[in-house]
Amino acid sequence: MNQKIYNYLLILADNPLILGHRLSELCGHGPNLETDIGLTNISLDLFGQVRNYLQYAAEIQGLGKTEDDLAFLRYEHEYRNYRLVEQPNTDFAWVIARQYLFDAYHLPLLNQLVGSKDSQIAAIAQKSIKEVQYHHRFSSEWVKRLGDGTEESHGKIQKAVSILWTYCGGIFEETEVENEMSQLGIGANLDLVKADFLSDTKYIFNEAALSVEGVDWSQKGGKLGVHSEHLGFILADLQYMQRTYPQMNW
Amino acid sequence: MYLNNDPLEADFQAKIDKGQNIEAKDWMPEKYRKTHIRQISQHAHSEIVGMLPEGNWITRAPSLRRKVALLAKVQDEAGHGLYLYSAAETLGITRDELYDQLHSGKAKYSSIFNYPAVTWADMGAVGWLVDGAAIMNQVMLTRTSYGPYARAMVRICKEESFHQRQGYEIMLTLCNGTEVQKRMAQDALNRWWWPSLMMFGPRDAESPHTEQALKWKIKLKTNDELRQQFVDQTVSQAEILGITIPDPKLKWNEARGHYDFGDIDWEEFTQVVAGNGPCNRERLEARKSAWEKGAWVRDAALAYAEKQEQRSLKVAV
Ligand SMILES: [Fe+2]
Ligand SMILES: [Fe+2]
Repeated sequence: MNQKIYNYLLILADNPLILGHRLSELCGHGPNLETDIGLTNISLDLFGQVRNYLQYAAEIQGLGKTEDDLAFLRYEHEYRNYRLVEQPNTDFAWVIARQYLFDAYHLPLLNQLVGSKDSQIAAIAQKSIKEVQYHHRFSSEWVKRLGDGTEESHGKIQKAVSILWTYCGGIFEETEVENEMSQLGIGANLDLVKADFLSDTKYIFNEAALSVEGVDWSQKGGKLGVHSEHLGFILADLQYMQRTYPQMNW
Repeated sequence: MYLNNDPLEADFQAKIDKGQNIEAKDWMPEKYRKTHIRQISQHAHSEIVGMLPEGNWITRAPSLRRKVALLAKVQDEAGHGLYLYSAAETLGITRDELYDQLHSGKAKYSSIFNYPAVTWADMGAVGWLVDGAAIMNQVMLTRTSYGPYARAMVRICKEESFHQRQGYEIMLTLCNGTEVQKRMAQDALNRWWWPSLMMFGPRDAESPHTEQALKWKIKLKTNDELRQQFVDQTVSQAEILGITIPDPKLKWNEARGHYDFGDIDWEEFTQVVAGNGPCNRERLEARKSAWEKGAWVRDAALAYAEKQEQRSLKVAV
């Protein structure tokens, strides 16, 4: 049982870990100071959530490992994040589209997890949900700004949304462990999360004059450990110190 | 031209002498305004250029705890930039104009940020020495005569001293670690020591602004006084770490009650200020590129805000 909760926690932790990493690459390079600070805030929140999940994961794993062992010392195929969050910071429109699509999934996910029968997961979700409400407001406002801003910004956000939308299908493909956790009332029911995700995106894309019609192909993988080429480079950065200087205190 | 017997200027100087603040709406000599715009904006630019050397280590930080702390620190510097740009704006200049001055190379920023951050230990050394040196200046500036600047400094100083402790704690961890970590810490001190001393600016004898700056209480201590204070405070901190300050001439002088220290390479300082430091080009490019790549985003936000306003007007009608 603990092994299963552990596996489920990795899915919960690895998405904020990799997205937080992507956002942290932007710190100091935002289009203005306010946005720079806003994106960094989101990154900070996400890393805080990662730490909560991974501390708990290490505890129930029971092998004396730490949050850092789990964050930094797994192999590529052992990371359980979706491909969506690995996608690069191609431009600000990508950053916003990626963030919004993730938030539109993350918020209903947490809405369910606050009722988890695992009290630790419920507590972490409770703590995270206020943060994610803010992330969702930030990213959806920006989707609207870019969608309904200038012709140029509309073109860029439409392109980003069309491409990134193809990475969303993989999010809702239920894995065995997710199914089991959901049955036990520990994890979320992904069908319900998906329903919320679809109505949220429908509403916001309509406001922003964006369309994802005709984009029905979906990239899969991710949480089964099959990733895009980007993850290797992310891990090269993320794991650099731990791999180069093993077993030291920092 | 303002003569000493100008009643406005006499009144202005009397206020400063009494230790009262000058506020944005108060009369001030044009030169005081210009000097402040220059100094506050230089300071603001230093905060945001200063995000770059440390920013480049966020993705590689060795633990989650360190990552979060570094990310928060670099974000604090962005906040400092914001406060300071706002303080400069009270003197009648816009943020866009200030950015133009930075991007064109007309405005300067602290030359320390033109040095590379090449190992994790640099995150320790920068916090300990660079934030440490910045604090000496900034604590003094909390009592500077221009109100908005002084108040911005009060907020900033609290965070800077936190940064310094955090940096020192990184150094301490390294120095209590393995041989490799200790060597990394010593190497970082070797590289950052002299540039940190240069942060206080030229020697008093060669610092043309000092006298006027003291009179207007833009400065309360001279460059050399602050530099000495920094050396005196830092020596014992290095001793606790067990690493060696790279200056064979460093020696306690009983008679002066201060440490004597070796000569600073002023030629290097001049070169870095002139744009020839190891990272000047990269730092400026990074700032310019962020600004240029952000242009369409800022345009979109503006266009959207205008559309929203027009819509709300229509609704009102
Ligand atoms: Fe600062
Ligand atoms: Fe600082």
